[in-house]
Amino acid sequence: MLFNRYRRGLFITSFLAAPVILYLVYVISPYIQAFYIAMTDWRGVTATPGFIGLENFVRLFGDRVFWKAVTHNAALLVLLPLFTIVIALFFAFLLNVGGARGVTGIRGSQFYRVVFFFPQVLAVAVVAVLFQQVFRPDGSGMLNGPLMALGAEPIGFLSNPNVAFWSVLGVMVWQAVGFYVVLFSAGLASIPRDMFEAAQIDGAGRLSLFFRITLPLLWDTVQVAWVYLGILALDVFAIVWVMTDQHGGPDWSTTVMAAEIYRNAFQYFRFGYASALGVVMFFFTVGFAILSLRLSRRERIEY
Amino acid sequence: MTTMLSRTAATSRKLAREERRRRLGPLGVLTHVALLVWTLLVMVPILWTFLASVKSEDEIFGDAWSLPATLQWDNFARAWDQAHIGQYMLNSIIVVSFSTFGTMLIGSMAAYVLARYPFRGNRAIYFLFVSGLAFPVYLALTPLFFVVQNMGSVPLIGPFIGLNTYAGLVLVYIAYSMPFTVFFLSAFFRTLPTAVGEAAMVDGASHTRVFFQIMLPMAKPGIISITIFNILGQWNQYQLPLVLLQERDKWVLTQGIADISTAAGYDQDWSALFAALTLAILPMLVVYTIFQRQIQSGLTSGALK
Repeated sequence: MLFNRYRRGLFITSFLAAPVILYLVYVISPYIQAFYIAMTDWRGVTATPGFIGLENFVRLFGDRVFWKAVTHNAALLVLLPLFTIVIALFFAFLLNVGGARGVTGIRGSQFYRVVFFFPQVLAVAVVAVLFQQVFRPDGSGMLNGPLMALGAEPIGFLSNPNVAFWSVLGVMVWQAVGFYVVLFSAGLASIPRDMFEAAQIDGAGRLSLFFRITLPLLWDTVQVAWVYLGILALDVFAIVWVMTDQHGGPDWSTTVMAAEIYRNAFQYFRFGYASALGVVMFFFTVGFAILSLRLSRRERIEY
Repeated sequence: MTTMLSRTAATSRKLAREERRRRLGPLGVLTHVALLVWTLLVMVPILWTFLASVKSEDEIFGDAWSLPATLQWDNFARAWDQAHIGQYMLNSIIVVSFSTFGTMLIGSMAAYVLARYPFRGNRAIYFLFVSGLAFPVYLALTPLFFVVQNMGSVPLIGPFIGLNTYAGLVLVYIAYSMPFTVFFLSAFFRTLPTAVGEAAMVDGASHTRVFFQIMLPMAKPGIISITIFNILGQWNQYQLPLVLLQERDKWVLTQGIADISTAAGYDQDWSALFAALTLAILPMLVVYTIFQRQIQSGLTSGALK
C-alpha cells in the first residue's frame, strides 16, 4: 500500500517536472521580472538598471505616441469584433438557414466554408506582405490599378494617415471572418431544426428568423467570439509591424501598444520604459478579460 | 396504419415546405451573390499574388492586372536560393517539428496528471498554466530575451539553447504553448472513462504505461485537434523568432518573408518577393485543402469548449 502511494507520487512528479520547470523558467519568471524592470531606468544591453519607482509610468502618461497606440487598440477593440461578427453571422446564417427551402443549408455551403476559412491558416506576417502589395499606391497595386484605369485618383491605402488605420482593420477582418463563419455554423448546427420550422410555420420571415431565433440561441458563441476578437485587437502586432510604413506609420497613424513595446525594447533599447508599456498593456488585457467574463453572465437559453 | 399516417405526414410536410418557400421568396440567388462576393474577396488577392510571381520586374511595376508575356519561372529559383526561402522553410520545419512534438508530449503528460490525479497543489498548478492564456506575450519579451541569453551560458548545453539556436526557440515555443494545450487536453482527459485504465492497473500496468498505452490512444481526437492547433500556431509565429533569432541563417519562414518586403531598398527583387509569397502560401493551400475538415475543427474546437 505504502509502495503504491510512493509510486503514485513518483509518477506525478516525473510527469509534471518538465512542463512545470519549462513554464516557470520561460513564462512565469519573465512576467515577474517585467514588473520589476518596469520600475528601472534600464537602457542598453550592458547597462546596469537603477531603480526609479514609477517614473516610467509618469513619463508614459505624457507620451503622445503611447496615447496614439492606446487609441488605436481601443478603436480596434470595438471595431474588429463588430465588423467581423456582423459579417460572419450574416454568412453563417446564409450558409445554414439561407437555402431556398427556408431552413436548410444552401448548395455548396461546404465549398464556401472551405474558401472563407483559408486566410486563417496563413501567417499574419505573410498576409501583411501580401496586402502590402495589394495596397500599392500606384497603378501596379491590385486595388489601385483598376481604380486608376477607371480614371479615379489612387488611394494611399498605407501612405495616407487618414486611411492607413482602416486598411489595417480591413485586413484583420479579412483574415478573421472565415474562422467565425465556421464557429457560428457549428453553433447553428446544434440548434434543433424544429425551432426554425416552428417559427416559420408561425409566419416568421428571414429577418425575424435571424433576430428572434438565430441570434438569441447563438448568443453564447457570439460572446466567445467577442472575447477572442477583443484579445486579438489588444494583441495585434505583426500586421502593423510588417505591413505599414515605418512600422506603425505614417505619422504613427497605425501604431499599437505591442509595436511600441517592441520598438522601445529592441530598437531604442529602453528596456525599463518598454516594460512599463508592457505592464500597462497587461492590465488592459486582464481588465478586458475580467470585464467580459462579468458582462457575459447573461441567462443562458436551454434547448 | 402507421405507414399511411407517416405518408400523410410526409405530404403535408412537403406542402408546408412549398408554402414556406413561396413566402420566403427567391432569396437563393441573392444569397449566392453575397457569398460569391466574399469568395472573390478572399481568393483574388491570393490568385493575384500567384500571377505576379511569374511576371518580370517591369511587368510588376506596370499595370497590376496585365498578364505576363512569358512565364518567369526563375523568379522561384531566385526566391529559393538568393532570398533563402528554402533555408528559412527548412528552419521552420526543423523548429516546428521538434516544438510541436515536445508540446504534445509534455503538454499531454501535464494535462493528464492534472485532470486525473488529485493531490495537494493540483489546482494551483492548473491555474498557473491556464492563467497564461490571459497574459499578453509582449510584457515578457524583454526579460525573455535575457532569460534565453543567460541560458546560453549554462555549462555544457548552453551553446545549444541560447539566443540564435533552434533548441532555444523550441523550448520557448513549448513553454508558451502550455497554457492552451494543458487547458484543452485536461478538459478532454476528464471526459474519458476511468474503467479501462483502472482495469489495466489491477492487471499490474504501471501509471506510465496506462498513460502511454491506454489513455493517450483513447484521447486521440483531442490530441489531433490540438496538434493541428499547435503546428499552425508555431509555424505562423513571428514575434518570438523576431526577438530570439537574430542571425539570418537561423531565421524561420515568417521572418524571411517579412524581411524581403521591408529590408532591401532600391535593389529590391520584387518578382522574387512574389515568388517567395507564393512559396509560403501554396503549400499551406495544398495541406489545407487536404486536411480542411480536421484543421477547421482543430482550430475552432478551443473556442467551443
